Amino acid sequence: MQPATSPPRIAPLAITAHTATTALGAGLEAQREALASGRSGLRRNDFGDYGEAALACWIGRVDGLEDGPLPARFAAWESRNHRLAWRALQQDGFADAAAAAVARHGATRVAVIVGTSTSSIGETATAYARQHDGRLPEALARLKVHTPHALGDFVALASGARGPCLTVATACSSSAKVFALAARMLQAGIADAAIVGGVDTLCGSVLYGFNALQLVSTNPCRPFDARRDGLSLGEAGGFALLEREPATPVRGWLRGYGESSDAHHMSAPHPQGLGALRAMREALARAGLEPQAIDYLNLHGTATPANDSVEAAAIAELFPATLHASSTKGWTGHTLGAAGIVESVFALLALEEGLLPGTLNSSEPDPACGPQLRFETARRPIALAMNNAFGFGGNNCSLVFARA
Amino acid sequence: MNATTLTATIEGIGLWAPQAPSWADYRALVAGEPAATATRPAPALLPPNERRRAPDTVLVALEAAQAACIDAGREPASLPSVFVSTYGDLAITEHLCQTLASAPRELSPTRFHNSVHNAAAGYWTIASGAMEPATALSAGRAGFAMGLLEAVAQLDAGAPAALLVGYDGASPGLLRELAFSEGLLGVALVLAPAATGGRTLALSLEDGEAPAAPERVAPGNAMAPALALFEALARGDGSACLPAGEGRRLRLDLGHG
Repeated sequence: MQPATSPPRIAPLAITAHTATTALGAGLEAQREALASGRSGLRRNDFGDYGEAALACWIGRVDGLEDGPLPARFAAWESRNHRLAWRALQQDGFADAAAAAVARHGATRVAVIVGTSTSSIGETATAYARQHDGRLPEALARLKVHTPHALGDFVALASGARGPCLTVATACSSSAKVFALAARMLQAGIADAAIVGGVDTLCGSVLYGFNALQLVSTNPCRPFDARRDGLSLGEAGGFALLEREPATPVRGWLRGYGESSDAHHMSAPHPQGLGALRAMREALARAGLEPQAIDYLNLHGTATPANDSVEAAAIAELFPATLHASSTKGWTGHTLGAAGIVESVFALLALEEGLLPGTLNSSEPDPACGPQLRFETARRPIALAMNNAFGFGGNNCSLVFARA
Repeated sequence: MNATTLTATIEGIGLWAPQAPSWADYRALVAGEPAATATRPAPALLPPNERRRAPDTVLVALEAAQAACIDAGREPASLPSVFVSTYGDLAITEHLCQTLASAPRELSPTRFHNSVHNAAAGYWTIASGAMEPATALSAGRAGFAMGLLEAVAQLDAGAPAALLVGYDGASPGLLRELAFSEGLLGVALVLAPAATGGRTLALSLEDGEAPAAPERVAPGNAMAPALALFEALARGDGSACLPAGEGRRLRLDLGHG
């Protein structure tokens, strides 16, 4: 089912800073080096203290979060998720760029729109694990982290922004949709700049939840490979600064966004990929582009049997053979609510560096894969890149970015 | 650029609380008349077996959403939607945390996929067949104000109408110490561009604190701050203020276009 009319073209929106921190390391240089050299961030599961219940799988874990407390003034916000948020904010001069935007536009004109799927639920679960006589330990109970919006609140506090502040939580499309919400808010004049991004951290809920759904591989994930048997979970944080009237050098442009619902199933994609196709077509329409204009597409590509065959078929239907499409989940794992921002940053890196990642760990293409699906990393200058993020509840988002 | 005023037309209103299980009942309460009461919402959009299994927060969100669409005369499948909840389904959060603490490998797959914050949005799009975008967000006490801004920004970006739903449920057990909310409340609006006339809403962000919302229904519910707007709508005119972040509020002026 197609929308009755295509959405109108939007004015490109300037991206003046961006950064990502993943299992590959902190900041853009670590991502660039690992993507170029084919170094994976996945390791055997060593997360948590689950004893005999520990899962035999591979994870994309960020090193050293246990040893990196928040500055003392943020003690009430202590959580693994906020430690990762804080670390990500400190990379690539992002915190300084955000502070400069707050100074230039005024604090109430800078919005904070961030995505997460589980926020700090790891701390809530830890409080439960340490309950005694039906009471939770007070030190954990009083933390300001037991709500999905803790991430948005924390980023606003850490950045000094006082504009509209909200946390998008649409599972694995969360931090792709933040670009769409920010674009609309800036377009409508509700804010002049927006700090967008997302942070999600490993926790029992996602490890054992995806395990219960039988979606976790015992191997490092192999997106689009005929032998793929599930995803590898990861954690990550990343941010981008969007400005309607930039005063600093532009790093890239948001050209279009498309969002849709599968209207099909809570945890399985639409079998014909109708929602995915609709999101991609709307993103292209808002960018005023035909599919053949796109050089690189970072796929959702989780390495679950269902996601990848549906997404591969949708790509084969929409794009010409010249497209370089790939999944970077073999490097980072599936970072859930952070996948949107991480893979948008990878798309921006592809535009800035001409570095087009292949599909790590994969070698035997699924029969559904068209010539667009690339397993080998390539280097060539490109002008336009796209990112797909699809979440539970059939929640889809596609973004189009252009080189500065 | 400073304070920006945005406008919208309110095409439809939906509300469900145990003390006023419809918008008509809420208006009756405001007018000092008796209202019906109820224990659990039963949205007609869901088949009976799904209604029995669905979390209360999903039921109340769908009930309010469907009522607003009927009031607006809009086909649910035609509307992009914004679902706002402070906490999502706290009964599921409690269940997940208790299971993880005792037997993590016994986590229920259904409870897990129902634990996503966009569960109500997902069930809504599936039940109504809506392929339009659905957003789920959370913003503490500012949630409904932030949802209003996003819905109005969607209209500004060309959407012919948008559905906004706010809902929260009760925190069970130990969770009451961490994330407090009581009762069950769902509120919904169908909004359209202001040019179409009818009941209008002018929105402006400003410094200041919003006064406490009247708690005729669902006292202690985390979505109760939204009731300030529904109280003003029930009275028919005037203005309301919603919390919009530390030291900020969203002023809403009602009128007729």
